[in-house]
Amino acid sequence: MDIYDIYDKMERNNILLSFKGEITSELLTSILQIMENKMDNLQEEPKMKKKVYNVLVECLQNLYHHMDEVAEKEENEKNSSAIFTIGKSGEKYNIITGNYILNENIGGLKKRLDEVNSLNKEELKEYYKKVLNNGEMSLKGGGGLGMIDIARKTGEKLEYNFLEIDNKVSFFTLNIKVSNQQN
Amino acid sequence: MEKYSIEGTPKTPSISFDLESGVLEVKGRSIPENSIEFYKPLVDALDKYASSAKPVTTVNVQLEYFNTSSSKCILDVFKKLEGINKAGSAVTINWHYEEDDEDMLEAGEDYQAIINVPFKMIMINE
Repeated sequence: MDIYDIYDKMERNNILLSFKGEITSELLTSILQIMENKMDNLQEEPKMKKKVYNVLVECLQNLYHHMDEVAEKEENEKNSSAIFTIGKSGEKYNIITGNYILNENIGGLKKRLDEVNSLNKEELKEYYKKVLNNGEMSLKGGGGLGMIDIARKTGEKLEYNFLEIDNKVSFFTLNIKVSNQQN
Repeated sequence: MEKYSIEGTPKTPSISFDLESGVLEVKGRSIPENSIEFYKPLVDALDKYASSAKPVTTVNVQLEYFNTSSSKCILDVFKKLEGINKAGSAVTINWHYEEDDEDMLEAGEDYQAIINVPFKMIMINE
């Protein structure tokens, strides 16, 4: 493995922080602390800092809650790890996450993402309240609120991709941009 | 009567609920991975309080951050308060937000639209 190649890629993509491995509660606490310090050092405006922090919490907790799905079903340890990178170019933060997903779950997730992407700011607000008030309580996070919240707070469409690995699993990528301007 | 209180952590808010004076305060960050587990004792304490609620119940919420998993639990807490209000204790929810935090103000307004209890939006100057 060429470590310089990885370094160079990260440098060119303005990566502030990157991680690959198992996502634990303790890891998330540390990552959030590190990112807060970094944003303080970059003298980010409080408004921007809060937005990035909020979106980061939702993105990373999504990984945390869904990481085990594939491992449990496929009994494959390698699949219980995920990746994320946090970058900043210009005034925009970029959070990219990647994790395995069972092919049978792609349809449902894609439908939810497309639904969120089809809504404007006002519609997202109404949709959020509807899901908040009527949605099922779930041990795995907010039962679908996360994606709606990310779309509301960033004012951007959710960019995603499913890369098929084999007939059972795919690799799901979510690419989130956070900037100061609101749509 | 008793007082229910817990200390804040980097991921969970401090909670102080004085059942004697009818004042509930939630402050800090609410971003635990498992929110249901964290909020259950508070929901239970509210159930207990409901049977002997004071004529006036004041709720101060001052959150810096909260995740979507907490948002459901906070709604549950507010629904309990809605019941207490309906049963005769005058409940007010004071929702605090920092001056530049439009997202937090909007989150408070979302709850205000769902919950039938008087809300006050209170801006904090940093």
